[in-house]
Amino acid sequence: MNLKELVTGVSGDKQFLLGNEAAVRGVIEAGVSIAATYPGTPSSEIGNILSVLAKDANIYFEFSTNEKVAMEVAATAAASGLRSFTFMKHVGLNASADSFMTTAYSGVNGGMVILSADDPSLFSSQNEQDTRNYAKLANMPILEPSNCQEVKDMVKYAFDLSEQFKIPVIVRTTTRVSHMRGIVEFGDVADNSSNNEDHWKRGHFNKDPSKYVPVPQFAGDMHIRLWDKIHKINELTNQSEFNREVELADNKKYGIISSSSAYNYAHDVCKFNNLDFNILKLGFSYPFPNEKVAEFLKDLDEVFIVEEVDPIIERDTLAVIGKEKLDVTVHGKLDGTFPLYHEFNSDIVADGLNKILNFQENTEIKYSPSLEKLQEDIPSRAPVLCAGCPHRAMYYGINIAIEEMGLKPADVVFASDIGCYTLGINPPYNAADYLLSMGSSVGDGCGFSVSTDQKVASFIGDSTFFHSGVSPLINAVHNKHNFVLTVLDNRITAMTGGQPNPGIPIDGMGDEAPEVSIRKLALACGCDYVRVINPFNLDQVVKTYKEAFERDDTAVIISKAPCTLIKGLTKKPPVQLVEKNCNNCDKCVSELACPAISKVNGKITIDQSQCDGCNVCIQVCKYGALEAGR
Amino acid sequence: MDNHYSIYICGVGGQGIIKTSTIIGEAAMNQGLDVVMSEIHGMSQRGGSVSTELKIGGYNSSIIPKQAADMLLSFEPIETIRGLDKVNSQTKIVYNTHPIIPSSTNKPYPSVDSITKTLKENYKHVLPIEGTKLAIEAGSVLALNMVLLGAVTADDKFPLTKESVIDAMKNNLKPKFHEMNLKAIESGYKSIKG
Repeated sequence: MNLKELVTGVSGDKQFLLGNEAAVRGVIEAGVSIAATYPGTPSSEIGNILSVLAKDANIYFEFSTNEKVAMEVAATAAASGLRSFTFMKHVGLNASADSFMTTAYSGVNGGMVILSADDPSLFSSQNEQDTRNYAKLANMPILEPSNCQEVKDMVKYAFDLSEQFKIPVIVRTTTRVSHMRGIVEFGDVADNSSNNEDHWKRGHFNKDPSKYVPVPQFAGDMHIRLWDKIHKINELTNQSEFNREVELADNKKYGIISSSSAYNYAHDVCKFNNLDFNILKLGFSYPFPNEKVAEFLKDLDEVFIVEEVDPIIERDTLAVIGKEKLDVTVHGKLDGTFPLYHEFNSDIVADGLNKILNFQENTEIKYSPSLEKLQEDIPSRAPVLCAGCPHRAMYYGINIAIEEMGLKPADVVFASDIGCYTLGINPPYNAADYLLSMGSSVGDGCGFSVSTDQKVASFIGDSTFFHSGVSPLINAVHNKHNFVLTVLDNRITAMTGGQPNPGIPIDGMGDEAPEVSIRKLALACGCDYVRVINPFNLDQVVKTYKEAFERDDTAVIISKAPCTLIKGLTKKPPVQLVEKNCNNCDKCVSELACPAISKVNGKITIDQSQCDGCNVCIQVCKYGALEAGR
Repeated sequence: MDNHYSIYICGVGGQGIIKTSTIIGEAAMNQGLDVVMSEIHGMSQRGGSVSTELKIGGYNSSIIPKQAADMLLSFEPIETIRGLDKVNSQTKIVYNTHPIIPSSTNKPYPSVDSITKTLKENYKHVLPIEGTKLAIEAGSVLALNMVLLGAVTADDKFPLTKESVIDAMKNNLKPKFHEMNLKAIESGYKSIKG
């Protein structure tokens, strides 16, 4: 499929779409005018696609510096009467939370939808938090699609709902929904055209401080209005077609309540094992559809709650049972039927149901001992820093500097951050000792520097620095903290697939944009020692680290070299082995650990297709066995 | 349950696994079949293992249960071993015999012959193919995914026609590669059909 078809496709068209592509189609059908994000997997592709399609779809789109800014851009657009969309990974919602919470109070005029992508089983995240808790916390309605068609339909519906009740609406996906592909039938596209030169239409902000300025004098009333909305929306969740009984049979003893990706497993396990009970599928789960759930429960003896991450439906169901004085046994996470953590699949759901129902036969297959041994012995294939990655050179260099200064690894704490460079956790670099969140390396540097006598080396990427590294750097200078902050400026937001950030002269719509200088920012924060270095010059890296570690203030080293995955970079010729000089010391393999260098049949081998010609290995080799390609 | 078919596709980041799976999915849709697919993005792209799961015919879940795949299609020998959880005694195990040796690992890479031997001791349908070699013969090592796509269409139980898979390929890849890709699909098909 050509991505443009997400804009040009007409009602009735069918496409095989990624969940995130379906979300974009939903946004286009809803006639959104303003969209903003900070990239985060599993939601990243939504931004990548909008970045390409925004102009064709009459949408203003930006990669904001962080999720909080994105939330504010969307909130003000919606306050001005436009339809707005912001989206992020689940932990991104934390970053935005301060403003997010207030948007529930102030409400909206145009529809505003917040898509938050959860990551059960932590494929690319630091935790498994459940966005549904935020719906309760903020008192905001939430929709939970289970498949790609529902992603599209629910995103579109969420805008109508938001506009009807003047409240932002959350759409919660999980990795398995965002990164599922399925058949999506398109609907009609709302007209969002404008005569403006820059594509998107403009709204108008009608002043009303009692609605939009939550000073104590007004915020109390805002809270009352919020509850009024939620009570009305609760009537709707009890009626909504998104909360429906899926009738697989008419068993009156057992039933299942489920939502999101977990529903898919519950459905398939029942269908393919001929388990003849009905499933109440909750797609519009907050405010909790208590009446619908009570109706579903009233004839049952036992109910299974199949939901991923937190036992939210389970607790709400127990509350309904208590209030309605029903005699129904609940099996879920709280009684150990299903796990309290990690994503589900059909096997896990079947195992849980089997604990009560005993329908599965034990089908253990015996394999040969040689197969079991082979399974144990295969080498792992963990993600690694790419050949030619500038981060590798910096990690190698700092470890050399530490060694040459007579320090032991335990003498230096590496405060890491969120990006590709977190891969520095692996040997031989061992360059990640502590990590909390986006931008935390800088605040962590402050804390370690006053709490220990150890040296502290903080590492942060360019995009992460803009995201939330600047204010803790101001803290570091003002409070006289002593650590070395390395900004790994690889000229892109690499980890999430290569989005632009304020450090490069291009914006989210592909237009030219002012470049914000990290060096000038560090100087403006008050840092006296700011050095911009070429990471591929090993001597310079080592010398700069030694200098920085000798200081007793906040020293900033900016490693400036583009990510090797950036398209259109001219590649340098690959490094060549001078076999006669090789002493087989293995330093290039074991200490540099570049994926382009390996030892095959006792001989150093450079993979010519992988080598990026960064030439760091040449500087590592003491015997002149590696030379630059020509 | 006619037309139910699950394929577990695995290999290494950069081998074209997601594109191959998407082509099969689109072909299924065009043949009027229900299809769902699962893929993992993010960390797996930095040279790590990559897998997709594709289920044709009436499934809600896009994840294949244990031992429930009709085909395991592997782009790399040891990734085949990692995918065996999804395999049963009837599963067709098709894999490319060309290894990609992982960097920074302390375990030696097992010989491909020993992998094939061990697999054949345990499973009925073990189908190693020299995919990388066939891809290079077709015009580029990058055509490996097309060779393996051709191999899938050769399975008698596979519910899609080779023609619909080729149409979907053409809809998803640049015209200048079509000739090479067709050659690669054909050679993959023949390597299974003989």
